[in-house]
Amino acid sequence: MATGTETTTRARLRWGLLDVFVVVFALVPVLWIASLSFKTPATLTDGNFIPREWTLDNYKTIFDTDQFVRALVNSIGIALIATLVAVVLGAMAAYAISRLDFPGKRLLVGVSLLIAMFPQVSLVSPLFEIERQLGLFDTWPGLILPYITFALPLAIYTLSAFFKQIPWDLEKAAKMDGATQGQAFRRVIAPLAAPGLFTTAILVFIFCWNDFLFAITLTSTERARTVPVALSFFTGESQFEDPTGAICAAAVVITIPIILFVLFFQRRIVSGLTSGAVKG
Amino acid sequence: MADIVLDKVNKKFPDGTVAVQDVDLEIADGEFVILVGPSGCGKSTTLNMIAGLEDISSGELRIGGQRVNDKAPRDRDIAMVFQSYALYPNMTVRENMAFPLRLAKLDKETINQKVDEAAKVLELTPLLDRKPANLSGGQRQRVAMGRAIVRQPKAFLMDEPLSNLDAKLRVQMRTVVSRLQKQLGTTTVYVTHDQTEAMTLGDRVVIMRGGAVQQVGPPQELYDHPRNLFVAGFIGSPSMNFLHAAVQDGGLRTALGDVPLGDRVRRELEAADAPRELILGIRPEHFEDAELVDEESRRRGLEFEAPVEIVESMGSDKYVYFTVEGEKASAAELEELAADAGAADFSGAGSNLVTRLSAESPVAEGQSRRVWFNLEKIHLFDPANGRNLTLHEGRAAGALAD
Amino acid sequence: MSINATPAGAEVSAGAERPGGRHATVPTQRSGRRKAPLSENKKAERKLGWLLCAPAALVMLAVTAYPIIYSVWLSLQRFDLRFPDQREFIGLENYVTVLTNEFWWTAFGVTMLITVVTVAVELVLGMGLAIIMHRTLIGRGLVRTSALIPYGIVTVVAAFSWRYAWTPGTGYLANLFSDGAPLTERASSLAIIMLAEIWKTTPFMALLLMAGLALVPEDLLKAASTDGATAWQRFTKVMLPVMKPAILVALLFRTLDAFRVFDNIFVLTAGGNETSSVSMLAYNNLIRGLNLGIGSTMSVLIFITVAIIAFVFVKLFGTAAPGSDDGERR
Repeated sequence: MATGTETTTRARLRWGLLDVFVVVFALVPVLWIASLSFKTPATLTDGNFIPREWTLDNYKTIFDTDQFVRALVNSIGIALIATLVAVVLGAMAAYAISRLDFPGKRLLVGVSLLIAMFPQVSLVSPLFEIERQLGLFDTWPGLILPYITFALPLAIYTLSAFFKQIPWDLEKAAKMDGATQGQAFRRVIAPLAAPGLFTTAILVFIFCWNDFLFAITLTSTERARTVPVALSFFTGESQFEDPTGAICAAAVVITIPIILFVLFFQRRIVSGLTSGAVKG
Repeated sequence: MADIVLDKVNKKFPDGTVAVQDVDLEIADGEFVILVGPSGCGKSTTLNMIAGLEDISSGELRIGGQRVNDKAPRDRDIAMVFQSYALYPNMTVRENMAFPLRLAKLDKETINQKVDEAAKVLELTPLLDRKPANLSGGQRQRVAMGRAIVRQPKAFLMDEPLSNLDAKLRVQMRTVVSRLQKQLGTTTVYVTHDQTEAMTLGDRVVIMRGGAVQQVGPPQELYDHPRNLFVAGFIGSPSMNFLHAAVQDGGLRTALGDVPLGDRVRRELEAADAPRELILGIRPEHFEDAELVDEESRRRGLEFEAPVEIVESMGSDKYVYFTVEGEKASAAELEELAADAGAADFSGAGSNLVTRLSAESPVAEGQSRRVWFNLEKIHLFDPANGRNLTLHEGRAAGALAD
Repeated sequence: MSINATPAGAEVSAGAERPGGRHATVPTQRSGRRKAPLSENKKAERKLGWLLCAPAALVMLAVTAYPIIYSVWLSLQRFDLRFPDQREFIGLENYVTVLTNEFWWTAFGVTMLITVVTVAVELVLGMGLAIIMHRTLIGRGLVRTSALIPYGIVTVVAAFSWRYAWTPGTGYLANLFSDGAPLTERASSLAIIMLAEIWKTTPFMALLLMAGLALVPEDLLKAASTDGATAWQRFTKVMLPVMKPAILVALLFRTLDAFRVFDNIFVLTAGGNETSSVSMLAYNNLIRGLNLGIGSTMSVLIFITVAIIAFVFVKLFGTAAPGSDDGERR
């Protein structure tokens, strides 16, 4: 095989072109919506990819409206609480699954797999009715509960993959050194599992942050409405102006945290997603 | 410090496999005992049961006279060194070694003092503030040992502690382990699959196969007086040669010529149910270049001639490989040993003979050479059950014994 | 000082075995032995296992099991929140209504079309993307990071981006294909919905496939190329067979996910021009129409369809099904 410099240069060029294609494919829609959010109402409809006139008015508008700020608070609060609970419960279950021997383990793994594949829309109607009766409809807990449920399989799979990578001998060693099961977990396993917990937390947060179906069916007012839903209801309200600019600005605002996560934790997100889903 | 007693200990897994079968073993206070055998022979399971990391299915385990079957590892007061070392990666060397003491709720001063002491013994003092990731394999191994000795437990359990080291370091650490054990005088159970470690380290060696104990005794005794074919083949490197032998007219017909039999063995073979085919075993060092044998020895042995295949000169002596014609010795034990060595389905035609000859022997590859072997040192095994027929009251007596 | 061990050796194990029977652990012959009682340790381990799993199991069951049963119950009733007085048990009548309804079958067809087309395209693109992410010589970090962005972006945001891109006047894409408003025609609307879906989920597919790629031993590829295999042969004969489990997992997850398509349609067309998916239709009946009976019936039907899809996949998986390797003994 010829491996001269010419071939490698050509290979680099080919890979480079492919890379550029991927990056463009991935980023164009994001940049487009960012571009729209900076356009003035006059140039909004010019169809130009790069704004001719730049403005921050759209951002001012959304942060002035109670509607968006409330939704943002709801989104952050609900996603954080659901993430915290799902990761804690998921870590407990994943530890038991990967480390302990007890009857019913396989059943739990099977059930959580089923839930991961479950058509969420099938739950929408009974949950709608049940939550109405229990007074959970249009409240934070009303959204947090289904989020935890659907995030748990993800959390359990990812975390048990992480737990399995921790050498089993370490826990045995801790036991031989005089630790109880609990001490072995707290002092040896948990510190080692921290990166896994963190990765899982990011994935679960993205899931909760993203959800639209539950948010739109289980809320009706600003009390618990999250940003994705608020966006779809941004129809200008009493304002006469076109809401496009505002929607785009809001979209950019809720996209920023995700982009930051992806930038900083790319490697962890990849390992979390793949370990959870493939090695399961 | 304490003695450890295993009384008819069994381990049966939920899927029905029996990993350990009726193991009886009494380990005296301060003794260094090696559990050895091919992989899967139940040695590690036995160790884990002593540690409390595996449940005992039936039988009794006593440490210091006290039944501990149902005690958690932390209540047994024994320390363990793992093959993987199992150092806590998030803790420094000092924290690793202090961990068992902190769990025992000792005060800070005592902990520091004990850790420093142990670190000095193992020459770890300059490494105390490093993390395991920044240590070499040998250093990690020493930290693992340090963590075990620091709390002065009743007993040490070691699960192949040296097998992750390279060959040279392993030899070095072997003496460290040996010296440390003598110094501390702590009862030690050491698991290994390496027969060299087993021979060099322990006061006594326990050879296991298929979950059952095959023979227990001091290393030299196992080497000289193996109770059965498996022990004979497992102990020794290069291992014992095994040849097919047919019983004929009060003697044995083998590829090395007709071997005469002494009265005792002959009597045994005259029994109605005695085997007609045997396996003859002979260790490499019991061969010698026929030219170099004096008259006195010559009478105690037999000579044969065979083509030389390979000569490995070790300096002090020569390993010479001969090809001999004739049927191969076959038995379940031999197949198992070959499988463990990874050579189950790979061997040339005919039998190979490994001999250790004096360095002075002018033997050369390609030629044919006359070789003498000592009849007093050969073993005869029953292929059906592996029993050593030359063994009399625990001592091997060769083929000629009366 | 030492007392010798009992010789269990020659008699017990060597004698009991036939030549050729070499195994590490001897199956027990004494079947009559009573089962050893669980030790304290083992009991404590079980208890801890249950204790640790209980909260997760309870939450998952509470939010799914009861509602599913309730959903089946609701689907057997005439129950419209606008006319609560007319609530009554009507057996399978709702199912007859839905299954004879033209809108249901249109939505079903749309959903199937979207599922099949997007998953097929995603598999091809995802494989390409996975190979690029796995093997590219330059800018691997950059490619991986940017490929992850669509996965992380809120679907609704992405959907808005596509909507504005295809809206005449506002959009850069609509002007390129200047024959009116694509989002007002059925065929072009569906195409755009699928494009949005593919853009959003190809990276996920690619990540799962990349995990499969990482399992292909480098030496195997080298061996294949020294054996004279072309790049294409290496891909089909060496990589694909090794990756099969990963591919099946990726397909299963994506198929079930694609079948639930909702967000994109909601934002892009709101189900207009007969572009509703089954999820969209169920939502409309439930939240817009407040018809719990019909909505629940649709939910149950979707559930059954998904179960069938999952069943078919799991049959294809065989032993490669996720979780099947979970029972290994430590």
